[in-house]
Amino acid sequence: MCFTSNFAADLRSLSGMGNIIKIKRGKDINLIGRAEKTIRDGASSTTYAVQPPNFKGLVPKLEVKEGDEVKAGTAIFSDKSNPNIKFTSPVSGEIAEVVRGDRRAILQVRILADTSGISYEDLGAMDPRSADRDSIVLKIQQAGLWPALRQRPYNVICDAMDVPKAIFISGFNSAPLGPETNMLFNDADLRSFQTGVNALSKLTDGKIHLSLRANEDNILSKAEGVEKHYFSGPHPAGLVGVQIHHIDPVNKGEVVWTIQPNHLVMIGRLFETGKYDASQVIAVAGSELNAPAYYKVISGCQVGSLIQDLKQDHVRVISGDVLTGTRIEKDGYLGYFDNLISVIPEGDEYEFLGWLFPTYARPTISSSLPISKFLKKQFRANTNYHGEERAYVMTGQYEKVMPMDILPVQLIKAILAKDLEKMEKLGIYEVVEEDLALCEFVCTSKMEVQQILREGLELMESES
Amino acid sequence: MDKLKPHFHKGGKFSFLHSTFDAFETFLFVPNHTTRVGSHIRDGIDLKRTMFMVVIAMMPVLLFGMWNVGYQYHLSIGETASILDNFLYGLMKALPVIVVSYTVGLGIEFAFAQIKGHMVNEGFLVSGLLIPLCLPPEIPLWMVAVATAFAVIVGKEVFGGTGMNVLNPALTARVFLYFAYPGAMSGDEVWVAGSPEKWVDGFSGATNLAQVYNQSTGGATHFDPSMLSASAWDSFMGWIPGSLGETSTLLCLVGALFLIASGIGSWKIIVSTFVGGYVMGAILNMAGGNAYFDMPAYYHLIIGGFAFGAVYMATDPVTASQTETGKWIYGFLIGVLTVMIRVFNPAYPEGIMMAILLMNVFAPLIDSYVIQANIKRRLRRVTA
Repeated sequence: MCFTSNFAADLRSLSGMGNIIKIKRGKDINLIGRAEKTIRDGASSTTYAVQPPNFKGLVPKLEVKEGDEVKAGTAIFSDKSNPNIKFTSPVSGEIAEVVRGDRRAILQVRILADTSGISYEDLGAMDPRSADRDSIVLKIQQAGLWPALRQRPYNVICDAMDVPKAIFISGFNSAPLGPETNMLFNDADLRSFQTGVNALSKLTDGKIHLSLRANEDNILSKAEGVEKHYFSGPHPAGLVGVQIHHIDPVNKGEVVWTIQPNHLVMIGRLFETGKYDASQVIAVAGSELNAPAYYKVISGCQVGSLIQDLKQDHVRVISGDVLTGTRIEKDGYLGYFDNLISVIPEGDEYEFLGWLFPTYARPTISSSLPISKFLKKQFRANTNYHGEERAYVMTGQYEKVMPMDILPVQLIKAILAKDLEKMEKLGIYEVVEEDLALCEFVCTSKMEVQQILREGLELMESES
Repeated sequence: MDKLKPHFHKGGKFSFLHSTFDAFETFLFVPNHTTRVGSHIRDGIDLKRTMFMVVIAMMPVLLFGMWNVGYQYHLSIGETASILDNFLYGLMKALPVIVVSYTVGLGIEFAFAQIKGHMVNEGFLVSGLLIPLCLPPEIPLWMVAVATAFAVIVGKEVFGGTGMNVLNPALTARVFLYFAYPGAMSGDEVWVAGSPEKWVDGFSGATNLAQVYNQSTGGATHFDPSMLSASAWDSFMGWIPGSLGETSTLLCLVGALFLIASGIGSWKIIVSTFVGGYVMGAILNMAGGNAYFDMPAYYHLIIGGFAFGAVYMATDPVTASQTETGKWIYGFLIGVLTVMIRVFNPAYPEGIMMAILLMNVFAPLIDSYVIQANIKRRLRRVTA
């Protein structure tokens, strides 16, 4: 038995890689301002933030107050429904401010970082290979890394009582301006990644799937104990949801977990050193930056110092990519799940007869804009709607950018009609907002597809 | 613009006209709206451009149709005229119809948008031109007005406006006239402008459809091209009597190419409609029996309004099948039904209008089967 499975693995490695999964429907949006392949020191941020809105469905319970001293790894708040799940400070320093919004909901807890280097909570090193599941879960939860694992369906924090049928990791980013994996990780990170994989393997009875881009040199391809899959084709090939659909889709009643490589590296460091070391490399990119590049930062950093060198001032700063990211202020903070800051021009200008004679090229999948579609290779895309919201008229557009066997328009209509049974049958368990972001981008009627889907997911979750 | 704007907003003295103002504002300028939630960038395409592309696609048949109206008129009175004279004559006939159609239709659309506090949808830009194109050249203007009003109110607004309608609005207008005023919409005398009393001897204003039908009921068992006053070439090129925009198969195909190249019209629907018509025609050829059965299948594609309907009417995304698989079935059945109605049903010489309307009604059913298939595939995964 053992022999045959090893033999099969050997055969695959001999041929270079397994079967390539070809993604045909989708769209690579090529924006000006990809990060240059140099890593700069981005540690000049003085304040950091942990932001509850980064975590869908979370009700936080604050565990510190303004003025408290914290170390890296000290709990800032916990999940009200499960107090073991901690959200911890990425740096040591002093709690500077708790920012609240509507109905006193906590938006941000800001930490003023020590200037004399980071001191860490000692959470205790551990070899995951010899540890049991419960102690691994507890350690990850205490370090504040449990929320890095997200559950499908719903894209929410995982319940440790569940045993997921598999865990999925996307090893590449296909989003506009997305960072290249080889810039994000070095050999030390790869070792931590491996430790992280060892820890994860205790959490599931199933496989850990790692998806890589076909015919691309990727540092993570050296990882062991994972089942590797190779994808080719345009965005959204790099989205973990698309990969799950093609590898082992989520059916009703099933649960799978997902995690990003950068968080897995942090989990690995935790087991190796006993520290919550949230340092990571991010890309700072976009057409409005004079020198887009990669930066070594710490999770939750303030981005202001990274985006000072702008071509012009009227910009939108996005934590994440332009399709799915969160709009932040110029002195805002990096989101927990983001390893990209995008800076693009705002588009709040009138364009005389712009629908008929566009005055500048814009990304599109429509052949009715032939210059933009066929001639222009890179875009300085702005935030203009290029139209207004209308009733659904056009058909067949979402399908062009939806590489799953899911009928996106019908799913959205089922959500609008609050038809729970139909939502379930049409595959709502398989998708989260980012999976339909391209549908939203291409929509002629300018529907807010991601928001509609989030409402549908929340409705499903509250009814189940 | 910015100075005018406050007057039309809530509390301004013209606030009751705000939809109208919005419509004109967004016609002149792409607004400065920026993304708030979700994707920060949006595709350059919008509904206005989409609809305008369809209007452009109709230009070849419109311009040719105007020339042909003049050409047929001068032919009927035994005169020859220059291309320009023919065109000008047709322009004078067609322009009032177009103006009435747009005025009445857009007037009602604006009024409804105003009452409901909605934005004005761009859908009627297309319907407003499709209506004149599918009517005979001498149609009385009051009929155009009544039919347009019927199509917009009963065909569209009662269902909730653009995007919600079940039936193609332009065909709704045509079918309304067809049943309400058959005298103006059928027979051998309405398809050429001017008075039939002035026709020279030997001129026939009858369409191909009527001629082949009459021969069949007259007892002819085999088809002979001489039964038709127009050759296959004439019918393909379009210098024959008929509705303003329907006669030229060639220019309908030019429009189809434009619609497909710009990605606006569904090539699946256009191709499958033609295939469906040809297949049904070929089946009837094999059966034989009378002249209509015996008419070569390709004739069905070049006579009557087949090409016009397949390219400009069947492709309406709102009333067509909305799933990609469904589009193949939808188009194919339109083609099949068109030929069946033409050959089997003596009451309706033109089948494509009824076929498309019928398939408009059945499109949701087709989609429902496609959706069920998708659901079944998902369920089968669990058991597999």
